Amino acid sequence: MLYLIEQLLNGIQLGMLLFLLAAGLTLIFGIMDLVNLAHGSLYMIGAYFAATFAAWTDSFVLGAILAIAATLAVGMALEVVAIRRLYGRNHLDHVLGTFGLLLFFNELVRLIWGPAGMTLALPEQMLSAVQILPGIFYPVYRLVIIGVTLTVALLLYVLVMRTRLGMLIRAGASNREMVGALGINIKLLYTLVFGLGAALAGFAGLMQAPILTVQIGMGENILIPAFVVVIIGGIGSIRGAFVAAMLVGLIDTSGRAFLPDLLRDYLSGNAAATLAPALSSMMIYLLMAIVLVARPEGLFPATSK
Amino acid sequence: MSNFPKSWRAIRLDPRVALNAGLLVILALLPLYATLTADPFVLTLFTRVLILAMAALSLNLIMGFGGMVSFGHAAYLGIGGYAVGILAKEGVGSGFVQWPVAIAASMLYALVVGALSLRTRGVHFIMITLAFAQMVYYVAMGLDRYGGDDGLTIYQRSRFGGPIDLNNKTLFYYLCFALLLASVYLVWRIVNSRFGLVIQGARSNERRMRAIGFPTFRYRLVCFVIAGAMCGLAGALLANQTNFISPAMMHWTRSGDLIVIAVLGGMQAMFGPLIGAMTFLLLQEGLSRITDYPDLILGPVLLLVALYVHGGIDGLIAGARGAAGASRG
Repeated sequence: MLYLIEQLLNGIQLGMLLFLLAAGLTLIFGIMDLVNLAHGSLYMIGAYFAATFAAWTDSFVLGAILAIAATLAVGMALEVVAIRRLYGRNHLDHVLGTFGLLLFFNELVRLIWGPAGMTLALPEQMLSAVQILPGIFYPVYRLVIIGVTLTVALLLYVLVMRTRLGMLIRAGASNREMVGALGINIKLLYTLVFGLGAALAGFAGLMQAPILTVQIGMGENILIPAFVVVIIGGIGSIRGAFVAAMLVGLIDTSGRAFLPDLLRDYLSGNAAATLAPALSSMMIYLLMAIVLVARPEGLFPATSK
Repeated sequence: MSNFPKSWRAIRLDPRVALNAGLLVILALLPLYATLTADPFVLTLFTRVLILAMAALSLNLIMGFGGMVSFGHAAYLGIGGYAVGILAKEGVGSGFVQWPVAIAASMLYALVVGALSLRTRGVHFIMITLAFAQMVYYVAMGLDRYGGDDGLTIYQRSRFGGPIDLNNKTLFYYLCFALLLASVYLVWRIVNSRFGLVIQGARSNERRMRAIGFPTFRYRLVCFVIAGAMCGLAGALLANQTNFISPAMMHWTRSGDLIVIAVLGGMQAMFGPLIGAMTFLLLQEGLSRITDYPDLILGPVLLLVALYVHGGIDGLIAGARGAAGASRG
């Protein structure tokens, strides 16, 4: 039971992380119709910025704020210099172009920060574990991740559903020509959306930085699960991304936690030990394949696309 | 070859054919150069070029001509490679067993993946092929007996008996060369057959092809399986070349490499994948000799190609614009 709750929390935490990445990815995908393989690079850059700024300012929170601002700036600059030119092209051009950007950013990070990874130390009060239920201790920092991400998700929801900017974003998703014809500066809107997506990815990267090592290529492994979330949730749908992220996070974590024991009941210990890790890593892709075959538009399709 | 005179006329007119012919002559004479300069590395590099060209050619068949943008093509390289590696480890060293198994396993995988993926369109097709490749990747990671994520060293290359010894670098090079040429011929025959016209018709307007009575799903599936078989064989070659297999050969960025090679060379051209593989690998190699940060240049080059070069290098040479691009899978 204790283990179950702990794993549940881990699943939610992974889901939160995936949501931060997928939210930007799905906005960029839905509104600009762009497949962005370089999204993971922004996640990586966010983590590197955070590690650097936290070391300079000697403060985790200050470092985090600076890192988000810096990733936002990088994202908007990237959009103006390169990404903007890819809109309206076919998906193959997107894959080729953003794959090139991914290579570029990996190498740039290696040039600036060197090939060795970095670590981001947490402030002391976040290092401890707290008793959340009688007998259940859970690391404070992981609770902070869940709480902060939920807040961000809520803010994002308010931004998209309740503000004028959000209205324009939604309008841009359903009919970009019309929004442009009505006199909205669609170029600026796109730059802002891309910057927002970049900032969210950078935020995800820096939140994850104290748990993992900050290293080159860290974005590549998380990018594909983020795409899985986008596809399952329905391209362009923030709500879908949130539900799908929770789903993927919980399935992945519970697969890793419970599948080995479950298989051991039916198979020999050796076979279970071989099969379980592979099977649990495969589960989210299996889920995506099933969703794509049965319901290609995703669980919560954004309207009129 | 009833249209031989026609293509002969084309040879005299077309600059791209002159380039292809020159390229083939250089490739045919390369082992001579390697022997004269006593530089075995150049042979290793170009063997890799030929193998990746074959893999990209198979991708080009479905992507360039069929409009099916597969983002999981490295899975076949892995399946073909693992077929060789696993059989070698289990004591089955004969290439007459290993290679057919590599091809058959790839075809079976392609049949399953194709049957499910071809129900989807556009970016969903890209993502579902990626999803299946990720599954294969994780299966390979879980194969503890065959090295798990560390990979597996192959101590003996596929045996064919007689004078065919794959440890002989020159012989192995020519074998790869011959298989590549055979594959190009096969793709050329497919593309110019009635079958190939249906595939290309389904790329430009599938609904219309169905309306005039072609069961396009079946045609596309067969094409998908043929491409899988070809890439599986390339995987068997790759395992023999590197004497090593690991899940890394199926990482999604390797599938990205194959797309890059196919697009870079030119998707509407028979020799596009070869030109692409040569450009990509030589660029990587050349850049890493002059700088410690090759991708700092290679990355923007790819972006520029995506933005400004239609039809890849082949398109540049032929001066043909607008012929580029399988638009959406």
